[in-house]
Order: sequence, then C-alpha cells, then structure tokens
Amino acid sequence: MKRLFCAAALALAPVVAPFGQGLAPDVLVQTVTSEVIGIIKQDKEIQAGDTRKTIALVEQKVLPHFDFTRMTALAMGANWRRATPEQQKLLVEQFRTLLVRTYSTALTAYRDQTIEFRPLRAQPGDTEVTVRSEVRQSGTQPVTIDYSMARTNDAWKVYDVTVGGVSLVTTYRETFAAEVRNAGVDGLIKSLADKNRQLEVRRG
Amino acid sequence: MTAALAAAAILAGCATQRAPSPRDPLEPLNRAVFEFNDGADRFVFKPVAEGYKLVLPGFVQAGIRNFFSNLADPWNAVNQLLQGKVEMALSDSWRFIVNSTFGLGGLLDVATDMRLPKHDEDFGQTLGVWGLDSGPYLVLPLWGPSSVRDGVGLIADSYGYLPWRLPGWLDFSHRVAWQNSLLALDYINQRALLLDTTNLLEEAALDRYAFVREAYFQRRRSLVYDGNPPPLPANSGAPASIEVSLDPAPARDPGRGAPGAPARAGEPRPMSVVEPRVPANYPSVLAADAAALAARH
Repeated sequence: MKRLFCAAALALAPVVAPFGQGLAPDVLVQTVTSEVIGIIKQDKEIQAGDTRKTIALVEQKVLPHFDFTRMTALAMGANWRRATPEQQKLLVEQFRTLLVRTYSTALTAYRDQTIEFRPLRAQPGDTEVTVRSEVRQSGTQPVTIDYSMARTNDAWKVYDVTVGGVSLVTTYRETFAAEVRNAGVDGLIKSLADKNRQLEVRRG
Repeated sequence: MTAALAAAAILAGCATQRAPSPRDPLEPLNRAVFEFNDGADRFVFKPVAEGYKLVLPGFVQAGIRNFFSNLADPWNAVNQLLQGKVEMALSDSWRFIVNSTFGLGGLLDVATDMRLPKHDEDFGQTLGVWGLDSGPYLVLPLWGPSSVRDGVGLIADSYGYLPWRLPGWLDFSHRVAWQNSLLALDYINQRALLLDTTNLLEEAALDRYAFVREAYFQRRRSLVYDGNPPPLPANSGAPASIEVSLDPAPARDPGRGAPGAPARAGEPRPMSVVEPRVPANYPSVLAADAAALAARH
C-alpha cells in the first residue's frame, strides 16, 4: 500500500487534445505526461495548492483522453445495464467530477520523482493496449502506472489506470456494487453527488 | 484502548447493515479496528508526520527514508531466496553492501543509480509465492490493512526487522531505548511517506474502508507476482474484466492486446525517461481555462 496513491499523482498525465488524433498510445501518454509535469514544475500556484488552476489543467490536458463512459460502466459491472440511460448519464457525470478532483489533488502532490516508460508491446492492428510506466524515487521500490487504453474512432482513450497493481476501476467496483445493493442506482448517484458537494465545500 | 475498541465495535455493528464481502467475513471487527486506527491516526500519527514533513529539510527526510529502506534489504534478500529468486537475492544483497558502505551507512541510495533497484519483499509475499491464498482480510491495530496470511508473515518479518534486532546484536547500552526510538522514527517516516496517499484516499473513496480493502488485495496480489499478476479467473471475487456494451464504443476484442498482458519478468527492457516540456502558449491557455471553469461554477 505504500506510496501508491501518491504516485497516482502521475497517473494524471495522459494525452493532449491537439496531439490526440492518430498518435500511437504510448507516444500520446508520454507527450502529455511530460507536458503536465513541465507545467506543474513551473507553476508556483499549482505547487501552492491552487485547486482551480489544477482542475483547469486536468480538464484541458488530461480529460479529453479519458473514456469516462467506459470507466463508469466497468466500475458498475453488471449494474450498468440495469441503469436507465438518464441514470447512466448522471453516473458518468458524477464519477467524472470525483475523478477530476482526486486527480487534481494527486497532481499537486507531485514533486521530484522520475517517470520512465516501458516499450509498448502491441501489434499494429490492436485496439487495446496497456502503456506501462514507472515512477522512481530513491529508497523506494518503483511504482508502476499502467494505462489501459482502447482505440475508438481513431483516437486512443484511457479507460483504466492501474497504480502499483491497483486498478482504479476495480477498486471502485465493490463500493459501487454495495451502494446499489443498499440503495439502488439512484442511491449510488446520490452518494457520488454528496461526495462531490462535500469536496466542493471543503475547497471553498 | 480495549474499551475504545469494544465501543467502536458495538457502534460499527449497529450502524450499518451490509452485504458481506466473501473475502471479509470479519468485517464488523475489522471496521471497528479501522475506526480505532483512524482515530489514533487523526489525533496522533498524522499530525506528527505532517510536522516531520514540514520541519525536516527534504534531504534529511530522504536520508531517513533511505536508512530504513537499507536496513530492510537483507530481509528482502532472504525472502527473495525463499521465493527461489537467486538473482534478485544477490541484487538485494549487493544493494545492502553498496548502500551501507558507499551510501554512508544507508543514508544515500547509491545502489539504485547502479542499476540495483529497490524491491519490497516480505514473508507474506513469500507465503503467497509458495501458493498460500491470502485468506480473510484483517485490519491490525496501529498497523492497518492485512490478511490472515500476511499477518502470519508479519510475525516472521518482525524477526528480520533490523532496526529492532541490531541494537541487541551490537550490544548497545540502552538497547531498549534505541529499539523504541528507531521503531518510532521508522513509523513516522512510513506515515510521512503515506501522507499524500491517505489525503488522496480521503477524497477518492465513497467508503474508505472498502476502498482500502480492495486496493490492499490487488496490491498484495501484484506484489506476490512481482508486478505481473496473471489475469484473474472469470468467476472469482474480483472480476478482471466485465464485458459491457457501450453505445458508440465498439465491442472489446478480448483476444488481442488484452489489458494487463504481463511483460516477461527479468527481461532487459530499455526505458525512456520523461522530460518535462512546457507548451509555448502556457500559461495563457490555462488561465483562460481556469476563468471559464470558475464562471461555470
């Protein structure tokens, strides 16, 4: 469990919008990673914990390359098909808001780690790849960050991030299932919305 | 402490009715210990760790981190050997030798720069490699998430924990004081390392307890397989993948390029290091975006 989620800071880093089309997935992730880190290292306000600015950075640089619908569907598992289209829309919206916030928090925690990418193992026709990277810091075992990506309409999108072997989507799955069991899909939507509101208030 | 535990157990037992997780039959008790740990953390350990991080210069913290990391390497090497990984055992032994000498008693981690990377091993992982299932989830007082297997592993680990053993072997005067001081410093060091993690957890999780539990099982599985776990069987507790039909997205092709396909361990692999690169139009773009976002809220 050590250091895992702080490395999730870097999990934030996929893919810039203007570069998105037609780039190989590993190139995409590397490009955005270096760009986002470059910005964080330079921006004193983000380093000082300016949440709005960090969220803007995430919204602009990172989000276009996440497939939140698929992420939400995977986290919902079998319950996804039991949700109505409106419920699905709300779920994606709330889950997205939550992830953006936590990602932004993680980003502000980034300091002096180095990130390395492993060579991509993929065939030319693949529509699913895993881009693997490692975050290093002296005296600690490197933390792996794997981006599960799928190609849709010529663009590669991230649908799961696995940090040190812990998949974001899978980790949410049990909580989501429990919420749906206890209070239905609407109960889960409400929990997510409450959580987001609570974070919003805390930030002021 | 016992009273607090009991009270917490009663509260946790009454407060919620939950469907049991197959890997967590002791959930009510675990939740109580989790609450207890959380309280102790909130009022004692977290503030101390925050102070530690605030007050000590970065290089001192790195030195302390490296020092304890170095003292863990011999036990890592023993476990590597028990797991049949002779090469890794040698690598970790070299780490200890190199860092203890050239690294000034372990204050510097020079071995990493010599392509002897740090590994985290423990006896719980060794038991896992030997084929033992993790067993039910356990939350240990003041320690945190564990399992029956990993809890047993901890007993063995305590024998290999050098900050505790060394003062005795070296026949220090005030042995107990040394042991306690080292133990306390390591605890704070570990807690400080986890500060960002736990802060993030606080934000990310709807139910922190369940979130930590799921993350723990996945993490331990990854560690047992040294980062390359095989795909989970389809009908196990935590499905590796669920087929979902999504409207515009095409159906997944499970045959090729499946996510999580393991890279072969031990294979030499060139790495590309990421260099920070700032786009020319930053920060004007970002400022505009922040303004737009602020307007939206």
